[in-house]
Amino acid sequence: MEKRKERIDRGIKARSGDVFALSSWREMLYLAAPRLIPIIGFLVLPLILGVYWQKVLLSVAGFALLAISWDILAQTGMISLGQALFFGMGAYASGVINYYLGWHPLIAIPLASVIGGLICTAFLLPVLRLRGIYFSMVTLIIPLMLVRIVEATKILGGTEGLSGIAALPSRWIELYLIMGVLTAALFGFRRMLGSDYGLVLKGISDNDRSVMNAGINIYWFKTQALFMSSCIGAFAGAFLTHVYMFVGMPVFALDYSILPIAAAVVGGPGTLAGATLGAFILVPLSELLRGIGGLRIVFYGLFLVIFIVALPEGLFHYVQRKFHQFERWVEVE
Amino acid sequence: MGFSPLLKVSGLSKNFGGVQAIADLSFELMKGELLGLIGPNGSGKTTAVNLITGFVRPSKGDINFQGKNITGMAPYKIVRLGIARTFQMVKPFYQLPAYKNMIIPLYSPRVKQLLGGKYGDRDAVALDLLEEVGFERDAFVAYKSASVLPQGYLKRLELAKAIALQPDLILLDELFSGLSLAEVAGIVPIIEKLRQEGKTIIMIEHRLKELFRIADRVLVLNYGEKIAEGQAREVMESDAVKKAYLGAEA
Repeated sequence: MEKRKERIDRGIKARSGDVFALSSWREMLYLAAPRLIPIIGFLVLPLILGVYWQKVLLSVAGFALLAISWDILAQTGMISLGQALFFGMGAYASGVINYYLGWHPLIAIPLASVIGGLICTAFLLPVLRLRGIYFSMVTLIIPLMLVRIVEATKILGGTEGLSGIAALPSRWIELYLIMGVLTAALFGFRRMLGSDYGLVLKGISDNDRSVMNAGINIYWFKTQALFMSSCIGAFAGAFLTHVYMFVGMPVFALDYSILPIAAAVVGGPGTLAGATLGAFILVPLSELLRGIGGLRIVFYGLFLVIFIVALPEGLFHYVQRKFHQFERWVEVE
Repeated sequence: MGFSPLLKVSGLSKNFGGVQAIADLSFELMKGELLGLIGPNGSGKTTAVNLITGFVRPSKGDINFQGKNITGMAPYKIVRLGIARTFQMVKPFYQLPAYKNMIIPLYSPRVKQLLGGKYGDRDAVALDLLEEVGFERDAFVAYKSASVLPQGYLKRLELAKAIALQPDLILLDELFSGLSLAEVAGIVPIIEKLRQEGKTIIMIEHRLKELFRIADRVLVLNYGEKIAEGQAREVMESDAVKKAYLGAEA
């Protein structure tokens, strides 16, 4: 007997989709849990982790922000292979502000996020008309070029970089600053993408001519998405510069471009939550594998391949489906 | 008529490399008229629409809309002036449910400008508009993803997206192609209603029988040139048109 899998929305999902008709604590919890779990997790994690894993958490959050930044661009139809551009630009901006001007990190970081965002937007503005792989290629090349410029002209410390950059006042400020920003970015931009404005952005990735045909200037909307995305990426760079107390050529490394994409793919692109989840899996995994030495990259790569083959939709979409729907096997008539 | 035309096309030409897609095309359109644009395959009908809506830049010639020169303007600016179009190959947002497709034109500055910002919930307006073009209200179909809708509904959605922009001039590029007789019969009243509302329409169509029933005037293109213009019956009697369509000496 042939069977097929039937998926049915849970009653609570239907009742809470548009009009709220909740009748019990259990139903309230159903709605609140997906939001409360990450928020409580972000608040509690710094408290329960040891010093070493607290450092890892900072890097996890940094990569999560880069992945969110990548996902916002991807939603708007711009596949970036160069998140390192955003990261590096923020890192150098904050480093320079602190090193040469001596400004406090808590002023340098937000300032660098905006300045870095503006510079990245200006860099990519001429190629906004490119679509698909052509846009991607340019984003891949620019950070690689910048590294060579720093190396050849020896500006901003050249190959040595700038060291002795001021750290944030305390470990707790570090931890809660980045967790706060991550929470705000995750929920804020998720809300934005769910709004009518977000629909226009998604429309551009789906069919840009059709958006144009609605009297909407798609280049202006793409510029806005690019600016938001690069500000988030620049923040991650600026923040981690003050954690490592150093900025140099490695901030334009390929890691910062590739890992966010891997995180978004493993977690499930298009939701921002998936990108965050992916970063929370991949970065600690990479730390855990450090123990096995040279074969680390092999196991890491293997994990990625298995994950993508087994769950091509991404972990978040899978969990979301299980949460909202129940499944059963029914006979095919 | 003592009024100035809504749309005035003069000396319009476009060549793609060595191919003359449109050659010295001139015509005028009065407010409230329905003009049928016909011609054999490859005669330049869609190029004409692309030129008027700004998707393709003309090589020569002028396009005036409501007395304003719109030649070579960006498509989104032309839409804001009040020209909307549908595409022959429907261009829905496949990731979105049908009614969410409508949000994007409703987000247009044109709609904001006409209706003054707040005009209620966009979702509700979207469902109203879809009902107008024949999406049954309270049925599931408006909530279905555009990727699973049948062609008939996609064409209606395409039309609804154009109507949502509150245009003065609508260009319909082969709206009837790929539809069954029953589906066409369902859409014709929608077009007639648009005319009663005073909209001006240009229809590219291969389904001549259906077109002639509603068109005031037809314009025939062949190899990018206008070979006839006038009442449907007169035009089809003309030798040049017979030759273009049947390929034989008339």
